[in-house]
Amino acid sequence: MRWWKVILLILLLVVCREIPGQARNDVEQTGHDVDVAEILFGHTSDGYGWHITTWKGHHVTIPLPCIVHSSTGWHVFMSSELEHGHEYEGLFIAEEGRYEDKIVERGADGELIRPFDISITKNVASLMIIGVLLVLIILGTARWYRRHDATEAAPGGLTGLMEMMIMMVNDEIIKPSVGEKEYRKYAPYLLTAFFFIFLCNLLGLVPFFPGGANVTGNIAVTLVLAMFTFFAINLFGSKHYWKEILWPDVPLFLKFPIPIMQTIELFGVISKPFSLMVRLFANIMAGHMMVLGLVSVIFVTVKLGPVINGSMTVIAMLFGLVINALELLVAFIQAYVFTMLSAVFIGMSRQEEH
Amino acid sequence: MDLMLPDTGLLFWMTVIFGLVLFILTKFGFPLITGMVDKRNKRINDSLEAARTAEEAIAHLKEEQDRIVAETRAEQSRLMQEAAAERDRMIAQAQDQARVEAQKIMEDAKVRINHEKELAMKELRNEVAKMSLAIAEKVVRKDLSSDSSQKELVDKLIDQL
Repeated sequence: MRWWKVILLILLLVVCREIPGQARNDVEQTGHDVDVAEILFGHTSDGYGWHITTWKGHHVTIPLPCIVHSSTGWHVFMSSELEHGHEYEGLFIAEEGRYEDKIVERGADGELIRPFDISITKNVASLMIIGVLLVLIILGTARWYRRHDATEAAPGGLTGLMEMMIMMVNDEIIKPSVGEKEYRKYAPYLLTAFFFIFLCNLLGLVPFFPGGANVTGNIAVTLVLAMFTFFAINLFGSKHYWKEILWPDVPLFLKFPIPIMQTIELFGVISKPFSLMVRLFANIMAGHMMVLGLVSVIFVTVKLGPVINGSMTVIAMLFGLVINALELLVAFIQAYVFTMLSAVFIGMSRQEEH
Repeated sequence: MDLMLPDTGLLFWMTVIFGLVLFILTKFGFPLITGMVDKRNKRINDSLEAARTAEEAIAHLKEEQDRIVAETRAEQSRLMQEAAAERDRMIAQAQDQARVEAQKIMEDAKVRINHEKELAMKELRNEVAKMSLAIAEKVVRKDLSSDSSQKELVDKLIDQL
């Protein structure tokens, strides 16, 4: 692809990034100030429906199923039932307070109660799309190997690309980090994590459906990923690894009767996945925030007249372009870093006594 | 802050979805791909190794060939030298033999010649004696009482010649 095509593509990403429709309407019709914070958090947080755009004052939203277990039992319904503050079987979306934008019900004495809620939200739907996409891509790649004798031919096209990436992660990250001897056992998990995160990050950069959801910039998602790594580290930890934690080679008074070293080591055990969780979450969240913030500049400056608004638009576009290009890089780097650190931690837990 | 609080529903679904994806890809995806690629890499390495071995073998063969050629050449020249030496030796021997033979023939001839000469001499002597006798007889016809006494006298005379 020629360089200008790349730039055009990135520009398209910037222009199309779910331009805050309400904000535009607000400015044009009512002259209200643009609530930048609302735009930023609205676009980076989860939602019950998948808001595509706002067209002539109407929200274009894909309704998604809500699955809620409240005090009155299970409720399954489409999110469109709750739009515009509607109530459905005693459930509604809280406008403000602790449970803002979440499904709640009203308790006996009028306070809001959050029911058990496993709705298919925007992020969940996005996760499902990504999961299906990833499975299709990888199984499609695997199918080639099933149909061909890999010792006789090398794949081309998408299969070749995927093979290159898989082997890059496998040989450059997993093998040296976990160790030649045991990496095979962990490679599927680490590869899945890498491609899952990478795909999530990339789709997060695509501003329109089916992308646009802030999946890896959501702490719940990164928490689950970090938990998988946590279990991978600790469930198969070697004797040496546990000894280092529970009875390290330090003077006796440091570990008995007050377990100072053990406390520190246990803190380390928890902080490893915690750092993974926060790093991925913060990086992706920050990237989304930056691009959204830059796009918001266009709408914030509408009030200041066409000259300033026009020039600021150009500047915002330029910066948005740069940031989006950077985010493409970050999408890869964060997947790489998560996988590599997971692999390194696993490798440390598998170490035998020297 | 809402941002930092993981949502229960999302946690649940993420675990389910990621777990499912992980299971499927572990079962049918990645190990197959990496295994096959590893197999191919192994084959490529093996092929390279085989090529190297073959190359070495060829180089070895060449060496062997050169060695054999050199050996053959040396043998050939040795044989030729030997043949030449043999030839020279045989010629020399033949020459020697011929010389000896010739010598022998010459000597034989000499002996025979001497013998013949002696015989001839003896005959000649007899002849001369006879002739002398005849001459003497003719000369001294008258005084020839006995032939033997006359012959003795003639022989004595001839020896004194």
